[in-house]
Amino acid sequence: MIIYGVALLSICTLAGLFVGDLLGVLLGVPSNVGGVGIAMILLIFGGGYLSKRGLLAGKTEQGIEFWSAIYIPIVVAMAAQQNVVGALSSGPVAILAGLLAVGLSFAMVPVLDKLGRPDAAVEKKSHEPGTAAQATATATVQR
Amino acid sequence: MITETLTKVLTSYGLISGFAVIGATMWVSYWLSAKFTRGRLHGSAIAILLGLVLSYVGGLYTGGQKGLVDIPLLSGIGILGGAMLRDFAIIATAFGVNPEELKRAGISGVISLAFGIFVSFIAGVSVALVFGYTDAVSLTTIGAGAVTYIVGPVTGAALGASSEVMALSIAAGLIKAMAVMVVTPFVAPLIGLNNPRSAVIFGGLMGTSSGVAAGLAATDPKLVPYGCLTAAFYTALGCLLGPSLLYFMMRGLFG
Repeated sequence: MIIYGVALLSICTLAGLFVGDLLGVLLGVPSNVGGVGIAMILLIFGGGYLSKRGLLAGKTEQGIEFWSAIYIPIVVAMAAQQNVVGALSSGPVAILAGLLAVGLSFAMVPVLDKLGRPDAAVEKKSHEPGTAAQATATATVQR
Repeated sequence: MITETLTKVLTSYGLISGFAVIGATMWVSYWLSAKFTRGRLHGSAIAILLGLVLSYVGGLYTGGQKGLVDIPLLSGIGILGGAMLRDFAIIATAFGVNPEELKRAGISGVISLAFGIFVSFIAGVSVALVFGYTDAVSLTTIGAGAVTYIVGPVTGAALGASSEVMALSIAAGLIKAMAVMVVTPFVAPLIGLNNPRSAVIFGGLMGTSSGVAAGLAATDPKLVPYGCLTAAFYTALGCLLGPSLLYFMMRGLFG
């Protein structure tokens, strides 16, 4: 039954937000502390547990998958009600923040790739300087 | 008479009107994506950009704070994009993520997740500092926006950030997602992004699911599941860290 999936998702959501609110009170923050993240973890492990026991039939999963598929449209609706006029009047913060994050993250890929496998480090090394310079160059051009 | 009746239906069935309007926006966006970018710029990114543009137009037209939602005919979008359905749908995306598969991806996936969130967050916070934001809530929200356009507003909503800062935060995440989609196929050869291992690391560092999926699809479709595997954990981890650890760090540093 599709409603079982929706109900499971609801229970995880409510439980996660409840724990998040409790954490907020305990930590003295006037906010929900990671409730959405806690709910996601509950769903990953709860859903995995039920799935292993064969308790999530195809129809039940559809109840969750529908909401998973509808999240981009909901994010679009969320974007359509933001104060964009206000944001743009405060300068190119968003553009610079986004591009700097991407530039730095690209530059980190070969660094982390090298960290994990020492035997391949020597072979990788010859490509390194060019890589880092190129990534930085790309980021600079975008800015 | 016809206009009045139509207006009445559209406003009293607000959420349903919201589905129709957003559905049409999605259709136009995917059409634009296929027609003019050959799918390289993902339809979802265009749709979100369109949402922000429409919000800008709505804001100019009404002078209000809530973009399109201030237009009475379109107020249903406010329900669709409101906190309740938003959190519900975002949590649903965690379903199907198999923790066993992340273990198989190895410790490098976990390390890249942690690094990815901190690197992007610090990038966002640095830029916000340069532009004169000094309060911990705004800095955290903009930094979280540079993590992803989901983590930003979730963090901002939890901390009670202003609507301007929330919009900045979403915009930063959107710019990031779009840049990843567009730039990845060009940068891939330079950063050794041509095997499952580096794709796992890439997914953990970038984190933006739509950006990673589209960027890897344009690079090598075989790498998509590996990148998406780690990226799927990124937003959850970001939502967990944003209003908690990262905010406490900022509050400790900036009061």
